[in-house]
Amino acid sequence: MHIPDGFIDGKTAVVAAAVSVVGLSTALARLRATLPPRRVPLIGLTAAFIFAAQMLNFPVAGGTSGHLVGAVLAAVLLGPGAAVLVMSSVLILQCFMFADGGVTALGANMFNMALIAPVAGYGVYALVLHIAGQNLRARLFAVAFASWCSTVAASIGCAGQLALSGAVEWHVALPTMVNIHMLIGIGEAFITTLVIAAIARVRPELLSESSRQDFKAGFGEMAVYGLLVSIGLAAFVAPFACKWPDGLEKAAAVLGFGGKAAEQPVFPSPFPDYHFPGFGNERLSMAVIGAAGTLTAFILAYALARFLTPEERR
Amino acid sequence: MNTWPCTQSGSTANACRLSPVTRLVAAVIFVCVLALLPRMAWPAYALAAIMLLLIALLSGVNHARLAKRILLLEPFVLGVSILSLFQPGGLYIFLALLTKSTLCLSCMVFLSETTPFSDIFSALRLLKAPDLLVTTLALMHRYLFLLIEEMRRIQRARKSRTFSNRRSLIWHSLASIIAQLFVRTSERAERIYMAMCARGFNLKGQGQAQ
Repeated sequence: MHIPDGFIDGKTAVVAAAVSVVGLSTALARLRATLPPRRVPLIGLTAAFIFAAQMLNFPVAGGTSGHLVGAVLAAVLLGPGAAVLVMSSVLILQCFMFADGGVTALGANMFNMALIAPVAGYGVYALVLHIAGQNLRARLFAVAFASWCSTVAASIGCAGQLALSGAVEWHVALPTMVNIHMLIGIGEAFITTLVIAAIARVRPELLSESSRQDFKAGFGEMAVYGLLVSIGLAAFVAPFACKWPDGLEKAAAVLGFGGKAAEQPVFPSPFPDYHFPGFGNERLSMAVIGAAGTLTAFILAYALARFLTPEERR
Repeated sequence: MNTWPCTQSGSTANACRLSPVTRLVAAVIFVCVLALLPRMAWPAYALAAIMLLLIALLSGVNHARLAKRILLLEPFVLGVSILSLFQPGGLYIFLALLTKSTLCLSCMVFLSETTPFSDIFSALRLLKAPDLLVTTLALMHRYLFLLIEEMRRIQRARKSRTFSNRRSLIWHSLASIIAQLFVRTSERAERIYMAMCARGFNLKGQGQAQ
């Protein structure tokens, strides 16, 4: 997902860089205020660890191989604030030392992989834990689903940036990026969950509340990250998404159910012979694919968590 | 990723006579200008390519290594550019993106080939980057190769004891390698902290270490 130089235009680069810098500064300021000095080396070493883990290739279907991104892994191990710093450091080093990911695209890459990915991932993780409880199975389920969500969320940000820069049209960028990353996300979720399960097996205290106390993010901090992610997504995605109501209204008017639109089922039956004006049809299929993908990921995540924690080991 | 940065190999090169900060700033400006040019600015691309070629020839770095690293990273550029083929007039956009991106990439590879990352720290310190960020980057850079070496060792040990090639087993062993690596990483972090305290570590403004 590393965007090279030349794909991101001026306005997108500036907006993305500004949002990422604010996010990173917030994380740095919070960590400076709350983190005991004892934990400083752990952050640097975790950044090196994530980088090293990204170099391990695992086999995916059809002879291709993928690798871990690790944003959710970092967020689950060290909390969201430290994860933002860790992922930013990884991206900065990759950019300047390995020329992997562009300089002008550094802000965009940081926004996708060091802001959206850990923050959205941690948000989903915390939410699922809140609902499903704190035992190991619930935790693994939360990790699996959060990893998938964070990968897909980051790819939406990436698609928005590419489209806003005029490199790839939105109706090409979004489906391609999201569809690919819905598959990649399964791999990411799988490996992240297996890693957390393995750590829970050999060193459960690393995942216990007491060891993560130092890294705890307050509600205010999460709110700031959430706000930044929303601002960024609003800037990158909203210019395209706001055509959506027009298309829908037009479709409703053309089909003659304008007045009854609210009573229509959320999941309308397909009209095989009908041409939807604008992108209506494409958007609809995109939404259906997205919903189906999310549901599948949710079920797979639960199945994986059940598989990894047989009844007696809960 | 086999692009080991034996950056010191170019230390006798002409390019290394400039100060690292100058090199860093020049490269970043070059890339920014290039990236922000209008998409079809072919003459400008040609000029940039000639400049890069001249610099690469005069600097005396290892050209084969340089070319190899650029080629290794090219698939990522191609991967993103291919997306632009699926739209009207896509071929021109594709070619322009590919050219522009390859030029920027070459410049950054050239920078990383001639400038050790430790020089980039001094540049960051000079530019008043926050302490915690620089410390994190420095620790990361210092321990990255150590951890990679450690990871390869765990991998080798695992391989020499595993006789099956079943896919599920590969995933499980990869996960346990990563988990083991994190366990060792966190233990190492504790030891490093003690060693840092013994040598008087103090993150500015955070009070004395206990």
